Amino acid sequence: MKCKVCSEKAVIDIRRHNAAFCKGCFITHFERQVQKTIESEKMLSKEDRVLVAVSGGKDSLTLWEVLQRMGYQTTGYHIVLGIGDYSPAARDKVEAYAKQHGLPLIVTDLKAEYDFTVPELALHTPRVPCSACGLSKRYLMNWTALEKGFSVLVTGHNLDDVASMLLGNLFHWHNEQLARMEPSRGATHPRLVKTCKPLVRLTEREILAYTMLRGIDYHEEECPNAEGATSLLYKDLLNQLEHASPGAKQSFYFGFLKKGRPVFATDVNGGDLRECEVCGQTTTTEVCAFCRMMDQARRTAARRSS
Amino acid sequence: MKVIIRRPRREVEMSGSRRVRDLLQELQINPETVLVVRGEDLLTPDEVIKDEETVEVVPAISGGSTHEV
Repeated sequence: MKCKVCSEKAVIDIRRHNAAFCKGCFITHFERQVQKTIESEKMLSKEDRVLVAVSGGKDSLTLWEVLQRMGYQTTGYHIVLGIGDYSPAARDKVEAYAKQHGLPLIVTDLKAEYDFTVPELALHTPRVPCSACGLSKRYLMNWTALEKGFSVLVTGHNLDDVASMLLGNLFHWHNEQLARMEPSRGATHPRLVKTCKPLVRLTEREILAYTMLRGIDYHEEECPNAEGATSLLYKDLLNQLEHASPGAKQSFYFGFLKKGRPVFATDVNGGDLRECEVCGQTTTTEVCAFCRMMDQARRTAARRSS
Repeated sequence: MKVIIRRPRREVEMSGSRRVRDLLQELQINPETVLVVRGEDLLTPDEVIKDEETVEVVPAISGGSTHEV
């Protein structure tokens, strides 16, 4: 295959664009896709202080790489989840990347700062590990961005992620989540930070190619809790569709944003937000879900140890 | 040829040369979900892998999060 741009030998084909690219032209294409997303969705400006959520995987490290190459003011944010051998290896990759590129990094150790790892939260509360993990991440990312004075929080969610989220939300008719599927969400409350997903135009396969071509040393291991995850089933189904009909994922997600999301926009219940009586973060109840989870874990752990 | 498939890691021996697209079809792997690599080179579907060569099939799909941030 020849590169669509320069006719050199191609290293990757992208069927949904009916194109193949050599290394240099693919990197240019990839970074333009990110820039296009940032500009069309008015995600970031060069004046923004950007907090980049980095797990150590290919998506988040690629996002950090692209943003810092584009000249945005970025700081990495990593949460140590305490999941077996997986978490220390992930932290090592993030710290090595930050050190190699001379980039600032903030780390929160869930166990050290909040007394419980994700497996311990699953043990002491009714939540499954992925639920405890997701809640902790959302809480800590927003908290850290606000407390440290960042104007935007960015995550490495890609086209496969958002298409599978959309499929899951449609299957269960989660109308409020369907109304919130946009790649950039402004702060709707003084205690909420703006969040963006600059990689939504790119598939995981394209991100993996960029990671390998740029020589980014990422944490390849999958979280042990992801085995059998519904999100993987949805991604598999969507990629079967993509194989049979190139462009299916892009059409599904961006078509929804254009034609479907406005239908659900009236279901956003943003008017009932107030501040948690314990921590001050936003909630629709007196005490936020994170504080309730931590309180329950402390009480259950104390009871079990007595 | 030797085919190393990552996550979970396994090795498959196959005889004869074949194109990347045919290799993935025989292994029943969806090409939208992987990259095929020879050494440090990414291979397009039309690339021929020779009998004596080793390639790796690197998975692109990760569990990720279904949670909104």
